[in-house]
Amino acid sequence: MSEAQVTQETTQYQEINDLLSKNKHYKEGFVTTTAVETFEKGLNEAVIRAISAKKNEPQWMLDFRLKAFAHWQTLEEPHWAKAEYEPLDYQDYSYYSAPECGACSEGACSTESEETIDPEVAKAFAALGVPIQGEDSNVAVDAIFDSISVSTTKREELAKLGIIFCSFSEAVQDYPELVQKYLGTVVPYHDNYFAALNSAVASDGTFVYIPEGVRSPIDLSTYFRINEAKTGQFERTILIAEKGSYVSYLEGCSAPVRDTYQLHAAVVEVIVHEDAEVKYSTVQNWYPGDEDCEGGILNFVTKRGICEGKNSKLSWTQAETGSAITWKYPSCVLKGDNSIGEFYSVALTNRRQQADTGTKMIHIGKNTRSTIISKGLSAGKSDNTYRGLVKIAPSAEGARNFTQCDSMLIGDQCGAHTFPYIEVENASAQVEHEATTSRIGEDQLFYCQQRGISEQDAISMIVNGFCKEVFSELPLEFAQEAEELLAISLEGSVG
Amino acid sequence: MLLKVENLQAQIEEKQILKGLNLEVKPGEVHAIMGPNGSGKSTFASVLAGREDYEVTEGSVEFDGEDLLEMDTEERARKGVFLAFQYPVEIPGVSNKLFMQTAVNAVREEKGLPPFDMFDFDEYAQEKIELLNMRPDLLERSVNVGFSGGEKKRNDIFQMALLEPKLCILDETDSGLDIDALRVVANGVNALRSEERSFIVVTHYQRLLDYIKPDHVHVLYNGRIVKSGGFELVHELEENGYDDIIQQYQGE
Repeated sequence: MSEAQVTQETTQYQEINDLLSKNKHYKEGFVTTTAVETFEKGLNEAVIRAISAKKNEPQWMLDFRLKAFAHWQTLEEPHWAKAEYEPLDYQDYSYYSAPECGACSEGACSTESEETIDPEVAKAFAALGVPIQGEDSNVAVDAIFDSISVSTTKREELAKLGIIFCSFSEAVQDYPELVQKYLGTVVPYHDNYFAALNSAVASDGTFVYIPEGVRSPIDLSTYFRINEAKTGQFERTILIAEKGSYVSYLEGCSAPVRDTYQLHAAVVEVIVHEDAEVKYSTVQNWYPGDEDCEGGILNFVTKRGICEGKNSKLSWTQAETGSAITWKYPSCVLKGDNSIGEFYSVALTNRRQQADTGTKMIHIGKNTRSTIISKGLSAGKSDNTYRGLVKIAPSAEGARNFTQCDSMLIGDQCGAHTFPYIEVENASAQVEHEATTSRIGEDQLFYCQQRGISEQDAISMIVNGFCKEVFSELPLEFAQEAEELLAISLEGSVG
Repeated sequence: MLLKVENLQAQIEEKQILKGLNLEVKPGEVHAIMGPNGSGKSTFASVLAGREDYEVTEGSVEFDGEDLLEMDTEERARKGVFLAFQYPVEIPGVSNKLFMQTAVNAVREEKGLPPFDMFDFDEYAQEKIELLNMRPDLLERSVNVGFSGGEKKRNDIFQMALLEPKLCILDETDSGLDIDALRVVANGVNALRSEERSFIVVTHYQRLLDYIKPDHVHVLYNGRIVKSGGFELVHELEENGYDDIIQQYQGE
């Protein structure tokens, strides 16, 4: 602890900043070296056709891609978020990268059996603690490495219940009618710039289908890993919960330490039918980049779910600690009467990270309810923004929303911003918004230290106290992981 | 000797506040430090506790045979220096229980004792709650959040009881307290008095001292102790104020 001592002239905030900037503990930052097939950099129609051919896709999927690509070319990169970055050179990325497995033939690389997993890739997931061999009995895992899914566990067990849990590429092959029915229905290809890009070059993702009346007995999860440099990951995930079903779905993400920005532009579509419930949890730990956040992941994601049926419920919970820039608004379209949307978020930014994240709650059905709890933590020289929309349509008789946005500043060089947009078109609606901003102060730290508690323990105690409401919504193991991640992200010089 | 302060000089933002303070405290003694506003009372308390805003420019402080000024704040706390705050700080979302369990275990680690688990700590804390007549829900609440001024001070005294320090410094704990709260604080202090434990009670007012009855009373003025005496000095001050003492001192 004594190494944290600084000269008397430096203020405690500088000291905290120093502690924070010493964080080099991005332990997921290793690189896996294996034979890979990576497309040449560049984006054009030929590349899209090649991706589609690589995946052996049917015509309708290729058409979807081409339509999206044509539209994307008419769009301009959005820069309205409170995050600054140079316009990206989309020709400087590769849009397909996959570990080569000699065992499988051209086009069938979205493999399912364990024997064909590249040992280096398997090692990478083992190091990340992802049980891709099905060794964890409480969770089924879809492991995605760059552009493809390398393993999906527990599929047979789930299949007995009628649950489909596979990679998106496989779903296109094996369940084309389901994919066609839902693809682009919640997030249309023309929704926004990055959604259009994703629709054009979608790599892999997860496909989940829970049949009527089935409660998934285990959590389903996807682990996304970006490995190749200068590669984009554009996963497409679709989750469908039929009438009266339930599923808890988790996703985790990480990437190696690279010196150039990597692009992650995912689209997630969730469809929740009558009386069904979906709990969607994310622990995002993409590489944030170096001291100045150079080389981190640009996380431009469109996640949206629709509560299609009566009494349906969709709950988004996210713990965001990584990425150089985060642009992400998991949203709920509350169409069914009495449907419920929830958004619980902890976003931590440090160094020069920039996060612009929040949610949209679109109330259409009668007596729909939504809850938004957002906790933003800013440290270092970072900027952390909550941006949220609560929209009550004229049809949403008796709709209710409760929003709470709390920001905590750690140090004196970071920023916290809140942009709540509220549009109410039905007079019977009730919308509440509460916001607070606090600062981990010198006084709080001194108080803790005077009781014998070290500065690091004090910070993590205060931070965890602040995030408690959100962490309690995460599945237990995930909550623990999130707490640890926060501690690591805030870790300083304590040995 | 538990505490030996010699020629202590300290400044904040280039402004000299303590100008050569001397004080000796033996185990079990209760010392009161009084003085007009701006005399340096709170600075003295803060310097002993290790607040970094203050820079020590001269002098030495020996605590239990060790150089106190060499230690950082948490080390001092772990070795038995406790400061009851003039304005105890709020920590939202952190329960008093977690906060104090962490603190107590830090002190226990320093003493080479095994940490208390939740159950050990609960039992231990219950004893102290009963000893001090505190409300039983005290542990479940967030640290000082939504506490009245009196409750915050009581919580500080409760923390003091849990940490069992060697030296308790009360920095104007009595300011802003009504007579009932004052009595609770004073009773807490009296309950914790022992042959090994010493107190430095920094205050403006005589009221608290009437309950605590210190062994030694010092008047601090302009960064120095200008007069020391027994409990009778409290009443002398009550009748004549500080002016006589200050004039006497300035005349010297």
